[in-house]
Amino acid sequence: MSDITLGGNTPLPDVEEHHEHHHPFLQHHFEDLGQQHEASTLGMWMFLSTEILFFGGILAAYWVYRVLYPEAWAIGAAQQIWWLGAINTIVLIISSLTMALAVRNSQLGRRMGTVYMLIATLFFGSIFLGVKGYEYMKHWQEGLFPGAAFHWNEVPALAPKVQLFMTFYWCLTGLHALHMIIGAGLLLWFIWRAWKGHFGPEYYGPVEIMGLYWHFVDIVWIFLFPFLYLIHGAHHG
Amino acid sequence: MSSLTLHDVRFVEPEATRNYITHDYGALSWLLTKDHKRIAILYLFSITALFILGGFFAVVMRIELLTPEGDLLTSDTYNKFFTLHGIVMIFFFLIPSIPAVLGNFLLPLMIGAKDLAFPKINLLSWYLYMIAAVMGLYIIITGGVDTGWTFYTPFSTQYSNTHVFGVTFAAFIVGFSSILTGLNFLVTIHRMRAPGLTWYRLPLFVWAMYATSIVQLLATPVLAITLAMLMFERVVHVGIFDPALGGDPLLFQHMFWFYSHPAVYIMILPAMGVASEVVAAFTRKKIFGYTFVAYSSLAIAFLGFLVWAHHMFVAGISVYSAMIFSFLSYFVAVPSAIKVFNWTATLYRASVALMTPMLYILGFIGLFTIGGVTGLFLAAIGLDVHVTDTYFVVAHFHYVMVGGAVMAYMAGLHYWWPKITGRMYPEWWARLAALLVFAGFNLTFFPQFVLGYLGMPRRYHAYAPEFQVLNVMSTAGASVLAVGYVLPLVYLLWSLWYGRPAGPNPWGAVGLEWATSSPPPMENFHETPVVTWDAYDYPAMMKAMGETQNV
Amino acid sequence: MMLSDFPLWPEQASTIAPNVDALMTFMCVVCGGVSVLTFFVIFILAIKYRRTPENELAQDYEPPKALEAAWIIIPFLIFMFMFVWGSWLYFRIQRVPENAIDIYATGKQWMWKFQHSSGQREINTLHVPVGRPIRITLASEDVIHSLFFPVFRVKTDVLPNRYKTMWFQATKTGRFHIFCAEYCGTLHSGMIGWVEVMEPVDYQKWLAGGAEGSMASQGEKLFQKYACNTCHTNDATGRGPVLQGLYGTNVTLANNATVTADEDYIRESILNPQAKVVKGFAPVMPTFQGQVSEDDLLKLVSYVHSLGTQKTTTPVVPVETPSSSKTSAGSPLNPGAGIPPQQDKGATP
Repeated sequence: MSDITLGGNTPLPDVEEHHEHHHPFLQHHFEDLGQQHEASTLGMWMFLSTEILFFGGILAAYWVYRVLYPEAWAIGAAQQIWWLGAINTIVLIISSLTMALAVRNSQLGRRMGTVYMLIATLFFGSIFLGVKGYEYMKHWQEGLFPGAAFHWNEVPALAPKVQLFMTFYWCLTGLHALHMIIGAGLLLWFIWRAWKGHFGPEYYGPVEIMGLYWHFVDIVWIFLFPFLYLIHGAHHG
Repeated sequence: MSSLTLHDVRFVEPEATRNYITHDYGALSWLLTKDHKRIAILYLFSITALFILGGFFAVVMRIELLTPEGDLLTSDTYNKFFTLHGIVMIFFFLIPSIPAVLGNFLLPLMIGAKDLAFPKINLLSWYLYMIAAVMGLYIIITGGVDTGWTFYTPFSTQYSNTHVFGVTFAAFIVGFSSILTGLNFLVTIHRMRAPGLTWYRLPLFVWAMYATSIVQLLATPVLAITLAMLMFERVVHVGIFDPALGGDPLLFQHMFWFYSHPAVYIMILPAMGVASEVVAAFTRKKIFGYTFVAYSSLAIAFLGFLVWAHHMFVAGISVYSAMIFSFLSYFVAVPSAIKVFNWTATLYRASVALMTPMLYILGFIGLFTIGGVTGLFLAAIGLDVHVTDTYFVVAHFHYVMVGGAVMAYMAGLHYWWPKITGRMYPEWWARLAALLVFAGFNLTFFPQFVLGYLGMPRRYHAYAPEFQVLNVMSTAGASVLAVGYVLPLVYLLWSLWYGRPAGPNPWGAVGLEWATSSPPPMENFHETPVVTWDAYDYPAMMKAMGETQNV
Repeated sequence: MMLSDFPLWPEQASTIAPNVDALMTFMCVVCGGVSVLTFFVIFILAIKYRRTPENELAQDYEPPKALEAAWIIIPFLIFMFMFVWGSWLYFRIQRVPENAIDIYATGKQWMWKFQHSSGQREINTLHVPVGRPIRITLASEDVIHSLFFPVFRVKTDVLPNRYKTMWFQATKTGRFHIFCAEYCGTLHSGMIGWVEVMEPVDYQKWLAGGAEGSMASQGEKLFQKYACNTCHTNDATGRGPVLQGLYGTNVTLANNATVTADEDYIRESILNPQAKVVKGFAPVMPTFQGQVSEDDLLKLVSYVHSLGTQKTTTPVVPVETPSSSKTSAGSPLNPGAGIPPQQDKGATP
């Protein structure tokens, strides 16, 4: 594993002339890297608080109907293949571990270690998306996509409410998957940057922030898994 | 006007040969700029254009309402006009007005920073705004939307056959523009303050922007997800809010107002911040009860999240929840009252200069007070049953939004115009416009309180004949108001070429933004300022003045 | 221009109206007074301390800090007084008197349909007797509307998925506006009508003309048409619960929860029978969602209501009412000569 110090053999990004003596990734309006790091970290935390309210809004609606129609919610959850969700949960937790290791590697200035761990994170993220895609395909075939394609009718009286559950299922997991896809795109970019040796002990902030985002998406799933896959257990015994 | 110029008291930047306007030329240097000042100018042009558009809808509506019969517009067109007036004015003018123009320009200057924390995100938020605005314009040209700006279900999801999806999508996007602005401001205020600029030395405008940003950050995502569910429901035909499919239309109202009530504070808190700045500058005093005014902004931001259901007292909530929300609504009125009384007390033994910004702000205090106290009428639930959904409500929120937020925006624009452009506006024309706006506004909206109590419902294309006299008065006022808004458009543009050069500090005001040249250089300050004094420290400044005069 | 063409204060035509106007007057005096006082102080200070060559610099003096406490505590106490008064009034508006006459209203784009319990139907016009409390049960067939009587100072939103109730007692005869106050689409401003307040004798005459049988009796026909009576029999032998004496009682459900059998519960049980199944019965009833119009639903509900009051004469108490005691305290009872006290009189043929 080659340890490459920063600044030496990395290509310089465009910076303003009077800051040439500074770190290449220090933006001109910050005093130093410390301030820049603190600002970006705080910015990511605030972005995540927005995200919490974003998911919180739809989860609040989910809970309103969960209280109104507990039977339909139990039936809806029973339509899910719980062990696929469980596998995905484990896969995501592992990907969080590799993400944390990527941050650690970049802090220690291990260039290839960072690259490998980011690739591993991307790999597990892709597995998650693959499994999710398979579930989506199955739901589509079973007529569990809401709207005109919805054909589930085992208990006619409850069908509209089960459809409501499936609406929340698709919206919640769809939003989550969208976040995963954005995360995967970011990971690709970060793998390239890490390979170029942009990160190191002085400048690992972006990897850390990427990690915050990834862990957040992971935690959202930790909530979605029981809400969407496991709640029927509470009613059937 | 006073001949005193106090700008040489602390430190003054050398007159820059190149400022942020002359720093670079060409359209691309503006469209790809990351400078907060230039982005503020981009916003200034965009929101002015949309203000004119929203104003056009208002004027046509007022002309329609001259007669009880619906004779100028068809009812469908009228419904589209009030919907678009609301959407354009709220999402595309009021919410970005003070934060995205004045806040963007001044926040880094006021705290001695070179820029906002995330300049690229700042530019991105303008582009999001523009994408949404262009979508909105496209929809207006191709047929508009008729749901009212509140998008109530099931009308918006099941019954309206206008461009509901496009407009809600535009509102969804502009919401993210607002979130990113708020996020940028919060991080900037936390991390970018000049050395020595502690929290209690911050100008009250910064406190107000801080509180505003919290609301933008935490309320807007709920609107975004609510509109996303509405869009999903409309496209896929599911029943999240459709009673026939097990959904509940009231849930939409709860979620919508969870954002849209705090959104009122996104509009009014920055206005209060401007009022504090202007009152301090034109009385040459520290705002009385600085800490109370600062914390009342945070209190309003917090309590604003707890009162959403007071829009729903007749919509179908239980008697006890109505009582709780009524109680909390009275609670949120207290910090607003604190501010009004503190501004009033600041005038005591002051040196009051009745220049245009101060005229606007005195008008703001008056109109905001009326808007605020009529909110107390609406919070009295037994009375709300009669006046809700009538013109009383229309008058109330126009007193807060136009009499409050727009008056303060005009005050701020005049107050900081010399800083933004380096030129003075023509004082006498500006005073005339301020008086026209004040008089026209009252003539337009005061009769609407009476109309509302008489029982004229909102959003009526045609109305009962006995309401005509008051409606004619209102329309007459609207024409005065329109003149009052056109005048600044003319003389402010005129001043860009013919205005008197302003110099760094034409008002003799304290505050870091007045310590740099006008217009400010690209990097705001040649040297990072070190702050050793409190906000609005006029006494210390006066003392320093005396010493320099003695020398 | 005559003064009557240019009113500044709406007519008072209900028992509630003077109470609402009293609160309104109080609010105007207090809020207006404080506002005018504040403007006056600002005006005086701005003139007295205006900037002159002698007054270039503000004086280094601040008013006492105790003022802060004063203008936090005093407004708060005033606000609390407003809160209590407003809530008291709200309770009065929500609490339906026991002897109210029932009228059923349906809002649809863009008309108001009213049905009297004796079976009279009318559109965009509502005939009511003066001096008797009127309870209106409302439903919407499509979007949200809001039934608004300015002279009575009451309004309530009308929702497509649940019943709402409102009440008033008119105090003067005449013809007054009805408005829709919640935006409901193209002809929202055309969804208006008139309420005709009549002397009880005239109302009685009006009712006698051209009814198709009472609402409850029409509901009974529907009850047979939809074959409800095959399961809901008069004795306990049917597959469904007995409906006689049901209305207004507490029902124990399969999950041991209890609900009050009010209009909303009856409506829900017709449209969505599985939602709240009565304990001891199988969930076998089919849904009637989409098969019964809102008008007919109201008739069915009215019929079940009339069955309920056949045995017991439990007064109609709205769900929201916090305590049923002293309900009629604020509403002087008017004998209202010759008026059927409840719709059930017409329900028994």
